[in-house]
Amino acid sequence: MKPKTTNYIVFECLSRSANEAFARGAVACFAAQLDPTLEELGDIKTAVSEAVTNAIVHAYPDTLGRIVVRARVLEEDILEISVRDWGRGIPDVKQARQPLFTTGGEERSGMGFTIMESFMDSLTVRSVQGKGTRVTMSRRIKPRRTGQ
Amino acid sequence: MEMKYRAENRQLTIRLSGELDHHAAKDLMDSIDRLLEQNLPVKTFLDMEGLTFMDSSGIAVVLRAKRRMEALSGSLVVINIPRQAARVLETAGLNRYVELV
Ligand SMILES: Nc1ncnc2c1ncn2[C@@H]1O[C@H](COP(=O)(O)OP(=O)(O)O)[C@@H](O)[C@H]1O
Ligand SMILES: [Mg+2]
Repeated sequence: MKPKTTNYIVFECLSRSANEAFARGAVACFAAQLDPTLEELGDIKTAVSEAVTNAIVHAYPDTLGRIVVRARVLEEDILEISVRDWGRGIPDVKQARQPLFTTGGEERSGMGFTIMESFMDSLTVRSVQGKGTRVTMSRRIKPRRTGQ
Repeated sequence: MEMKYRAENRQLTIRLSGELDHHAAKDLMDSIDRLLEQNLPVKTFLDMEGLTFMDSSGIAVVLRAKRRMEALSGSLVVINIPRQAARVLETAGLNRYVELV
């Protein structure tokens, strides 16, 4: 059965590196309704930063392109985030997800996917060469008892 | 992202504050390169206390500074790492390559 969406935001931005901070900030603001801990919020911001940075750096290496970020609340307590680009795509997703694999040279670490994977509960990467990439990740935010 | 530094007795301390992402990393790498060339330190401390956010771009910054220090036959120590940045560095297993305090 498809999980029920209880809330969502969608925004589009140009692949400028100045938008990395906006994207992670916007998703963090949206995530606040799930009452995450500071650590959970840090994990979410980091994962979003990695995905959006990849779209900026790798999808559109020498052009500016469209990036669409969607964040949804599923079934009350799951935050699902997708980052989509229409850039050059990833020829071998399995290889790209390996720790330390990078096509970005000395400025990159090759740890982006590894961080997304370990900071979130799930990570799915769909990519078609020359068409683009969609990264979808989710994290359950454990409900906390408030007002103690 | 802001950077301040203090150099004395061939010991260099670089203090970072703000958000260290890919947007900030390129300028920061250039600034650190320049500082190392000017001061030729034998020991460099990278003080992260003021960082409010860091993603994997910070890993590349640390590794590059480490390589540059090794080329000078010196060493790099990363100090005062906030919790969120520490999680990123630990996930990358950086503690095996760089002294993190
Ligand atoms: N959106 C994307 N479009 C095209 N290639 C990508 C995209 N995201 C990731 N990649 C490829 O996967 C590799 C690994 O990504 P990542 O783990 O984030 O490391 P890094 O960004 O440091 O290279 C990148 O070097 C790049 O080749
Ligand atoms: Mg990356």
